[in-house]
Amino acid sequence: MDKKLGVYICGGCSIGDSLDLDKLSEVATKEYKVEICKTHPFLCGKEGAQLIAKDIEDGVNTVVIAACSPRAQQEIFSYDPGVVLERVNLREHVVWSHTPQDEDTQMLAEDYLRMGIAKAQKVLPAEPYQETIDKTILVVGGGISGMTSALEAAKAGYEVCLVEKSPSLGGWMSKLYKQYPKHPPYQQLEDTGIEAKIKEVEGNPRIKVFTGAEIEKTTGAPGMFDVLVRQNGSQTSLRIGSIIQATGFRPYEANKLDHLGFGKYPDVITNFQMEELARQGKIKRPSDGKEVESVAFIQCAGQRDENHLPYCSSFCCLTSLKQALYVTEQNTDASVYVVYKDIRTPAQYEDFYKRVQEEQAVFFTKGEVQGISEGGGCLTVEVEDTLLGEKIGINADLVVLAVGIVPNSMPEEAKKATAEAESSEEKCEGAAERAPDSGFYAAPALQLKYRQGPELPTLKYGFPDSHFICFPYETRRTGIYSTGCVRQPEDSATSIDDATGAALKAIQCVEQSSKGMALHPRAWDQTYPDLFMQRCTQCKRCTEECPFGMYDEDEKFNPLPNPTRCRRCAICMGSCPERIISFKDYSVDIISSMLKAVEVPEEDEEKPRVIAFLCENDAYPALDVAGINRLTYNPYVRVIPVRCLGSMNIVWIADSLSKGIDGILMIGCNYGDDYQCHFIKGSELANYRMEKVQETLQRLVLESERIEVWQLSISEYDKLPKIFDDFLETIERVGPNPYKDF
Amino acid sequence: MGNVESINSPNSILVVGGGISGITAAVEAAEVGYEVILIEKSPYLGGRVARMNHYFPKLCAPYCGLEINFRRIKTNPRIKVFTLAEIENISGKEGDYDVTVKLTPRMVNDNCTACGKCVEVCPVERLNDLNYGMDKTKAIYAPNPLSFPTNYVIDTEVCPGAECSKCVPVCPYEAIDLSMTAESVHMKVGSVVMATGWKPYDATKLDNLGYGKYPNVITNVMMERMAATDGPTQGKIVRPSDGKEVKSIAFVQCAGSRDVNHLPYCSAVCCLGSLKQVTYIQEKNPDAKVFLFYIDIRATGYLEDFYRKVQGYENLSLIKGKVAKIKEDPQTKDLIVEAEDVAQGKKVSEPVEMVVLATGLVPSIADTKIAADITYDDYGFIASQPPGIYAAGCSKRPADVSNSVMDATGAALKAIQSIVAGGQNG
Repeated sequence: MDKKLGVYICGGCSIGDSLDLDKLSEVATKEYKVEICKTHPFLCGKEGAQLIAKDIEDGVNTVVIAACSPRAQQEIFSYDPGVVLERVNLREHVVWSHTPQDEDTQMLAEDYLRMGIAKAQKVLPAEPYQETIDKTILVVGGGISGMTSALEAAKAGYEVCLVEKSPSLGGWMSKLYKQYPKHPPYQQLEDTGIEAKIKEVEGNPRIKVFTGAEIEKTTGAPGMFDVLVRQNGSQTSLRIGSIIQATGFRPYEANKLDHLGFGKYPDVITNFQMEELARQGKIKRPSDGKEVESVAFIQCAGQRDENHLPYCSSFCCLTSLKQALYVTEQNTDASVYVVYKDIRTPAQYEDFYKRVQEEQAVFFTKGEVQGISEGGGCLTVEVEDTLLGEKIGINADLVVLAVGIVPNSMPEEAKKATAEAESSEEKCEGAAERAPDSGFYAAPALQLKYRQGPELPTLKYGFPDSHFICFPYETRRTGIYSTGCVRQPEDSATSIDDATGAALKAIQCVEQSSKGMALHPRAWDQTYPDLFMQRCTQCKRCTEECPFGMYDEDEKFNPLPNPTRCRRCAICMGSCPERIISFKDYSVDIISSMLKAVEVPEEDEEKPRVIAFLCENDAYPALDVAGINRLTYNPYVRVIPVRCLGSMNIVWIADSLSKGIDGILMIGCNYGDDYQCHFIKGSELANYRMEKVQETLQRLVLESERIEVWQLSISEYDKLPKIFDDFLETIERVGPNPYKDF
Repeated sequence: MGNVESINSPNSILVVGGGISGITAAVEAAEVGYEVILIEKSPYLGGRVARMNHYFPKLCAPYCGLEINFRRIKTNPRIKVFTLAEIENISGKEGDYDVTVKLTPRMVNDNCTACGKCVEVCPVERLNDLNYGMDKTKAIYAPNPLSFPTNYVIDTEVCPGAECSKCVPVCPYEAIDLSMTAESVHMKVGSVVMATGWKPYDATKLDNLGYGKYPNVITNVMMERMAATDGPTQGKIVRPSDGKEVKSIAFVQCAGSRDVNHLPYCSAVCCLGSLKQVTYIQEKNPDAKVFLFYIDIRATGYLEDFYRKVQGYENLSLIKGKVAKIKEDPQTKDLIVEAEDVAQGKKVSEPVEMVVLATGLVPSIADTKIAADITYDDYGFIASQPPGIYAAGCSKRPADVSNSVMDATGAALKAIQSIVAGGQNG
């Protein structure tokens, strides 16, 4: 690309009052020999915008706008994809946060302009990754979630393949007698309607159903997955665009609940078995076929218990309330006891709870079950009633254990030790999501032939959930979305909403991929990593550290990129010791050029220089807010926004220090169990890499205090000035970088 | 009333409400490739979540996710945003809706650079509704430094208008236009997502709990603002009566919820909300004694982990029992919380310095029911709608952020289906 630069400096919002704009312009015209450099008092106004538009018409293809934060006036300063745009933040990061008409403020602005021009000179327009994208949606699992996803995607006009392991569709819903009320006024039990749903799926011309089928192998990437399905001994190969995993749950093994008498007494059953009894007609106890006159429900049979399932299974309270009505509706003389910790009937389900409470024969006891015994022709449940503070005995013909759910994605833990040994995961212990990922699965669903393992990574209880509150469909395997009870414990009404959302995400994936665009959180991004393979040393860091499993490997450990799996975080770029991974607008070289553009004063000038790398989504906007609130801080810091702190390449540290930069700040998002990094483990990886760098510093007899890594949330803008000022004090204490004068 | 423009785009989706559900529905549909019009009643996007300090259970900042969503909006030409906009009229059917949207004048045009010069000269103050009236802004103000759009806005209820005009000449960019009047936009759209959200239950109706009578009884939403660095107390948890740092505090669950006289339903988020607020106390006033009165703690799914974590906080006493009455010591302004401790089988009477009422959620749409073929349940939540209109998030039931986002993503697909079907779903 033949670069034709235009530099536009805004004088508005106090910029012109605080800075010497003529002197600033000279940075462009004299130092960088930029021919077109214009100042305007109101660049985002009509006239200013036209000024730039006119120059673009006349051939400017690289625009440097030195004005407000790149987060401001984005709509006004946006151009054709062929035009490279670089924004220099003179407002929030310079004049609103530093002394006006001051030498150091002017130097700060000049450095930012140098950095902006240096970057703009190297950035190239994106060339979207274009491949033939197949838009067929694969749904794995034919329960209520999977069937919903399949139908909803089909209704939006997409072809769907639905693969179900068992011989028929319907999942757990088809085993229910009735469902609890899903509609106002939430009083009457409802039919599940599952038969009609199955017919609808089977009758939909866009949905190809494979029952009694399993996935043998999945290779490829979004828009071009190749999936081998085995059914009745034969194999079918499918070309697939994106995948929804709706493989559901299994009930917790009641055999492990021997303290509750399961397996010991035939009349102790699970809530799932209770559905079977109810479907058979009159509810009779298994031991002797006697119609039940009294039933005790034990809630949280394993749930909310660290020895069994530490989490709540969300729908067991509602299920037991429903089953209580099975009993009372059949036999008006029967008594029902519900022993619970908390009754959890959120939202309008409270109406149903109230309706069951009104049943005279249903008794609720908040308590802990101490034991179950048999005698006198019935079972006795011993309960420590936490409300009355006394022990009571409940006699019942039948005891129903409200057992919870285990996701079918649950990895087998036994083989963990051997499986994980060679992986990079051990480097960053403490992140919640990978703890039990053994690499072995009792119920494999996807059989991915990915470098990083065959299934979706899971959270600590085996759920492949996103771990994000605002983005529940975030996924660590791009184009593969989990939904329903495999993702989190949820009731069937929620599962239907969830499965509809998952269908949208699957559709969105193929549509964005077909345009060569990334997916959330960088949905606008059309760049993708380019690898200069001649210099690759097969170190495997990129293939191990990509949070999204983008790279496969060949037999010689060469990385094989799959651009449609890429989320453009550039963590691989940060990981690469050979610096061979680049994006058109973001590369090791581009950032190095920015670093080299910073003017470092001689030591005797006593003006230290610090580079601060800030996460562009959180720390960078937080610094904008500091400026908006006119908080002031040390003018010796030069900020460089990064896509993710995990994209930081260690060479930038070396480049900075060898240039005489006195210290380096790195500010990213929180990591650990409650990680907030939008690329899952970028900030954690950055921290890990910097620990290594600090060791290197010590070897070079450079003080390790010269590098600090911080975790900061977007709302902690008030902390930034102190972080900067304190760091400069530290730098003053340790003294100037000894390499400054080399 | 002027008529600014009309939008004739039967293949587009109208999203009503710019909170987390509406933003999600808009962005998700636009990233599939559909044109979206997003309208929001207030001057900024983000709705209720923009006024939260942290989300449970990760205790992360809502603006972190909002920032990403705003960037997705700003970089997506398919999304058109109108703030200070409300539906005036809607008619038609799936694939072919005629909508009139009323725009309240902002009095500040797009020349605004958010430089803040106007605020320096504005002589009029107003109660800051974003902070639930706990502090003041000028009549011309920016809702929040991170809010989108960033333009300033004039509160026409308090601004004296042309007779004052002090702000007009100081604006270097001619951004203030006090002659702006209400306008309406006519649009043809294919489908509609109703993401009209919720508002807190009016706590003054709970007369036994003293809100509005005793200054140190506040609500959960006020607590969120108090704990926020950019809130009215700069993140300090202090008593409204005297600004004293709180040494003992009681949370009253189901303040209105699960009560046939108020909100018979469960508001689904208040248990976790209060547990989250316990962590604010733990962080900011670590010596304070905390009492939390509840009926059931409803921490579903793996939110149970968060409940377990907060239970480990040694200054917290969880008391199962409904609060019957709150009294005030008129001298000290301390409060006495009277409740039945059902676990101990006795009445308790706990003196504390401040009380937080975990007030429930009321659907915003309950009082402005839109004239379309929508049915509402007894509480004003949307119960059913014709094909082409889809409810999302708290307009149909109380839900937390994650569930609202899930639901809104699904609603976006339903809205797309209506366009694909060309009105044939009905």
